[in-house]
Amino acid sequence: MTDWAGAEHLDRRMITLTAVVTAAVSVVGALVVTSGLISSGAPVVTSVLAVLGGMAAVVGLSVGIDYIRWRATTFRITDTRLELRFSFLLNRRRSLARDRIRTVDVTANPVQRLFGIAAVVIGTGESGESELKLDAVSRERAHQLRVELLRHAAEADPRTDDGTLAELDWQWAAYAPLSVLTPALGAAAVGAVANIASWFGGDDDVVGSVVSDLLIAAALFGYVTVAVGVVLAGAIGATLLFVEMWWGYRLDREPGGTLHVRRGLLTTRSISLEERRLRGAEIVEPLGVRLARAGRVDAIATGIREGGAGQGQRTDHKTLLPAAPRAVALRVTSDVLREPDVSGALACLTPHPRAARSRRLRWALAPVVLAFAALLTMALVAGERIASAAGPAFAGVVGAVPWVFAVIAVPVAVALALDAYRNLGHGLSGRFLVARRGTVRRSTALLQRAGVIGWTVRQSIFQRRAGLVTLVATTAAGSGAYTVPDVDIAEGIAFADEAVPDLLAEFVERRGEPQATALSREPER
Amino acid sequence: MGNTVRLRPPKNQLNRRCLLWWRAWIALIVVPIVAALAALGLLATPVLLVLAGVVAVGGLAYGVLMPMWWYRVHRWEVTDTAVYTRTGYFWQESRIAPMSRIQTVDTVRGPLQQLLRLATVTVTTASAKGEVRVAGLDAELAAELADELTRITQATPGDAT
Repeated sequence: MTDWAGAEHLDRRMITLTAVVTAAVSVVGALVVTSGLISSGAPVVTSVLAVLGGMAAVVGLSVGIDYIRWRATTFRITDTRLELRFSFLLNRRRSLARDRIRTVDVTANPVQRLFGIAAVVIGTGESGESELKLDAVSRERAHQLRVELLRHAAEADPRTDDGTLAELDWQWAAYAPLSVLTPALGAAAVGAVANIASWFGGDDDVVGSVVSDLLIAAALFGYVTVAVGVVLAGAIGATLLFVEMWWGYRLDREPGGTLHVRRGLLTTRSISLEERRLRGAEIVEPLGVRLARAGRVDAIATGIREGGAGQGQRTDHKTLLPAAPRAVALRVTSDVLREPDVSGALACLTPHPRAARSRRLRWALAPVVLAFAALLTMALVAGERIASAAGPAFAGVVGAVPWVFAVIAVPVAVALALDAYRNLGHGLSGRFLVARRGTVRRSTALLQRAGVIGWTVRQSIFQRRAGLVTLVATTAAGSGAYTVPDVDIAEGIAFADEAVPDLLAEFVERRGEPQATALSREPER
Repeated sequence: MGNTVRLRPPKNQLNRRCLLWWRAWIALIVVPIVAALAALGLLATPVLLVLAGVVAVGGLAYGVLMPMWWYRVHRWEVTDTAVYTRTGYFWQESRIAPMSRIQTVDTVRGPLQQLLRLATVTVTTASAKGEVRVAGLDAELAAELADELTRITQATPGDAT
């Protein structure tokens, strides 16, 4: 162990935490097992003793394992590396070069907070397994580690900190229920209530009668009431979720150009993002939020964990600002990107050709027409039988269904298509390429032009006839590709060429001056 | 159409032996189906013999014509600064990756490709979606190309993100 000077253990309280958690879990299990044993006729004293023994064994075993884990795990910070070692039976060493460390994320769930410990994940910002996790260090040590491990970035980068870029405004909570998730959350809540009811109901007939009562009630008060209830439950759920996620939210820029997001009520999160990894920002406006003139800001950065298994919420690590008024979103975007003001550029994006609008109308109306045809066929086929069985009045109702559907669906489809077309736009703003698209989820991506590492140009036979082309800028950051759909061929290629100089140039053909291009381009290589 | 600016197609076509490669693939799929149908037709219902005939004729036509078509629409080009490929006709896709952003260069040769002395060169960048692939180059050319690409890439500083 001579080469292992200055190593430290994880926080000892992790063992107590394990003991308490397993004890709590085993108490629940023990109650179930004991009542089972006693009701099946086993002697009371024996059952209780057996179960207590079992509990002690379970808790003892897990504490023992955790103690070994605590003993065996050590880590240390040297001048150049962060090293993590596990030595029990086998020896495992992992280390990260300190100058490659890009993120130090600190999270603490409610139980961990009770014990004053936190989990620290240290990453190099590269996708893959270049991450070290310290499960349990004291809260103070976690923040020391964060500062210590990110300090090299501060020394390397003379840019000073700008302090706080954004802080939580409780009015933003009003946008939470506007998320597309709301109805889903409501449905989940109703499902959960039904589930809990079934625990207490025990007898299936009781549940059945409750459910059928509910159904009758639904029929009586109309589905509208139920729908309102579901939406209301969803809204409350979404608001609660917002409070848990965004409590105490703050976005800071720290010395050395590190963006630091702090938030969370029960589980506290501290997420650092080095600006060197930032390739842009994306303003995301789900339909409801957009109608309320608000938007969310996500970072487009390399090596962000895109919420794989065990990471919980998908947007967890890349969201810089929750849904907030558009002016705030634009200001934060400008600040984060160190641009004077992006709102001007976003206001005058280049619109796409009218052919793009026709395509969207066709896409939106095709399924409506198909569904209408199917409904009409069904109404015609079933209509006669119903007329002979239940009288012509019912047949009239059935016959009206396709038309009612058409009257509702056509305007909705047209509105969505026109909105989708209106939202198409692209442009250049200083160091950034701007791509806007989407209607249910409008996304405005501001991507660093220097961060574009390739172009994919797609053109279907239909697009070719309409004179359109789809551009895809590939990048190492974010989702890996940002799409500018259905631009005019000539304008789009010129745009892509201008956005990333010297990439497309030698493959671009300008009609009318072929000789000139061929000659002028040759010596540049 | 009056378009004044467009991407010109890449200069090079794939190796002509690709025609054989694609046809071998089609044969590997079509022949067993025809054989199975024919065997069943001889043993049980003669109707299947007709079906076998239809599949055989269709497969033959597909195998003769489609590879010629594919050969025409698959193109590639490597310049000093970029790798450029174009595939497809109904859904045409052109991919361009700058030399300075290339991270890995892979050469893969499947069993059929080994028989035909062909190879597939795959160039990846730091983007998960920026892969550029040239499937069906002469094996020697592919090896030279991979060497050259690797050499140029290593000479470029930075982490290519």
